[in-house]
Amino acid sequence: MPAPYAKLALKDDLALFLTSPSYINKSRLCNHSLLCKTKPHFEYFFYYLGNFKSADYTLQVLSFQLLCKFTCYPVIIDSRARKYYDLLLKISLFIKISTMQKTIEEINAKIKAGKAVAVNAEEVIGIVRNKGIARAATEIDVVTTATFAPMCSSGIYFNIGHPKPRMKLDAGKTFINDVPAYTGFAATDVMLGATALPDSDPRNKEHPGDFNYGGGHVIEELVSGKDVRISASSYGTDCYPRKKLESWLNIKDLNEAVLYNFRNAYQNYNVAVNLSDKTIYTYLGILKPRLGNAVYCSAGQLSPLLNDPYYKTIGVGSHIFLGGGEGYISWHGTQHNPDVPRTANGVPKRGSGTLSIIGDLKQMKPRWLRGVSMQGYGVSLSVGIGIPIPVLSTEILEYTAVTDHDIIATVIDYSKAYPQFTSDVIGEVSYGQLKSGVIQLMNKEIPTASLSSYSGALEISNILKDWINGGLFLLCPPVKPIPGVKDGEATKPFNYRPVERNNNH
Amino acid sequence: MKVARKIVLHFPAQLVEKAIAYRLVKDFDLQFNILKASIIPDSEGFIVLELSGEKDAYNQGIRFLTRAGVKIEPLSQNVSRNEEKCTHCGACLTVCPTGAFEVEDASRRIFFNHDKCIVCGNCLKACPPRAMELHF
Ligand code: SF4
Ligand code: SF4
Repeated sequence: MPAPYAKLALKDDLALFLTSPSYINKSRLCNHSLLCKTKPHFEYFFYYLGNFKSADYTLQVLSFQLLCKFTCYPVIIDSRARKYYDLLLKISLFIKISTMQKTIEEINAKIKAGKAVAVNAEEVIGIVRNKGIARAATEIDVVTTATFAPMCSSGIYFNIGHPKPRMKLDAGKTFINDVPAYTGFAATDVMLGATALPDSDPRNKEHPGDFNYGGGHVIEELVSGKDVRISASSYGTDCYPRKKLESWLNIKDLNEAVLYNFRNAYQNYNVAVNLSDKTIYTYLGILKPRLGNAVYCSAGQLSPLLNDPYYKTIGVGSHIFLGGGEGYISWHGTQHNPDVPRTANGVPKRGSGTLSIIGDLKQMKPRWLRGVSMQGYGVSLSVGIGIPIPVLSTEILEYTAVTDHDIIATVIDYSKAYPQFTSDVIGEVSYGQLKSGVIQLMNKEIPTASLSSYSGALEISNILKDWINGGLFLLCPPVKPIPGVKDGEATKPFNYRPVERNNNH
Repeated sequence: MKVARKIVLHFPAQLVEKAIAYRLVKDFDLQFNILKASIIPDSEGFIVLELSGEKDAYNQGIRFLTRAGVKIEPLSQNVSRNEEKCTHCGACLTVCPTGAFEVEDASRRIFFNHDKCIVCGNCLKACPPRAMELHF
């Protein structure tokens, strides 16, 4: 397939896109019109329809945009279009038509040949700024994104192998290092969640509880190759007579060990503050009274879904870096909620899209799977995820050039609005502001802290970049897109329907 | 010979409002850096300070304080960071009263400035991977 359209780069900040009508379908036009709205790097951007070489071609400037200040509007040949028509004629003598669209197969061929160019989502900002989007798009094949933060919906499942005599692990009565695991599956399959706590943990009896050890820590120990202790009981059946099992377990003895996470890589997240008069202890950390601090949790410009706001490349089946090994996107995550307010460049201003991911735990490294304790809240697992974004078009590259200053997060009061589930928003701030160390809200200067490790994300994006540049990691085209804007996927609150107390029951 | 030590001074209630620290400067030519202080009128108070000066003067100053009824303890506890465990998340940034944690510009790694630490303990439980450790 030849490229569906050709690029004429006049200079770095001015590009014309040529394409024949048969390649233009409505959606692509919409996409590019949208792209036009987000153009900080282009002065003009328009389509030329028709056969460029034929004498009687008509020129339609469909999208005309000056530094984001105008909205797109179609112009059917008029005097202004005529001007560009002449311009096109002039430059046509010097056209070096280069293909604009790449396919994942082409990129993979380059990766295998050791010729692919991957950069991380921080570097791409400067490259696009210096070289212009058109040139950058021809030079860059992949942009690597990453995040490293506590992700509570993480868990592992594994198969312990059949003991002699056989045993059917009984749901709810299997413990790994005293942390309860879930065994409501076939005989020797076990699932352990990151936030599970030993029965003996005092929890918040003395508030705030410490939460020193739980599921996340067990996962970290297992991945480190440490022995963990399984203690299980069962009721015994004719085919599975064994009733008790107490043994050491090591990851290398397990048949399969898989990390499965059904919601993570949140596309943007709340910034938490505390308006009350006392310190509160939340899943976003310690929040000091009277706006004493603000805590955010996103890698911002490095974060995967913030670099692909409309899920154009990240989908089910995408090959990713997961916990130091490799994994795949298995589905969209729970609470995936694409229809939230977005900025002009498409970036959600609230928590929005999420991913569900899976990967072989045995390849992973404890450096990127870390048990964490949130005082007064519970335990969790910090997970390192890296997602490559193939530069299939200038549009996609444009999205990856998003900066911390373009990404807006919503500030929420975690003493009242969040727990009571009201929709009150205190304000909006950019990640640029958050990373400066202080934000201004309600006439106050509020120091900021983060829960997501930006330096960790940067390191992951570089590891993934090295894998790709070194020919070690191939991209997989998604086999199914994840639901996008207006696809009907929305998070609903709990539908509370009180249960009547009825004597007949 | 010069000495510099971090010490904790405990003031009984009756001494709280006397300008004792000032005399360390005036009478003994010692320098001090107050790292942390909690002094409430009519109640006990304490100051964590780094005291430095000539060795003899330092010892005289300490004697003066002891005689005045101030209880002196060396700042023997120490908080350090387990570099293996730190994920450089930044959760500690706003819990430390002395600003001992700083974000390094480009890498955005979190730098722990041990010299600024007054061993208040705030970061110990606030650090999600529990990388901050208390030693005696
Ligand atoms: S909170 Fe702990 S892990 Fe995070 S940067 Fe501070 S010391 Fe490191
Ligand atoms: S113990 Fe932690 S919070 Fe307290 S001063 Fe030292 S570094 Fe800061």
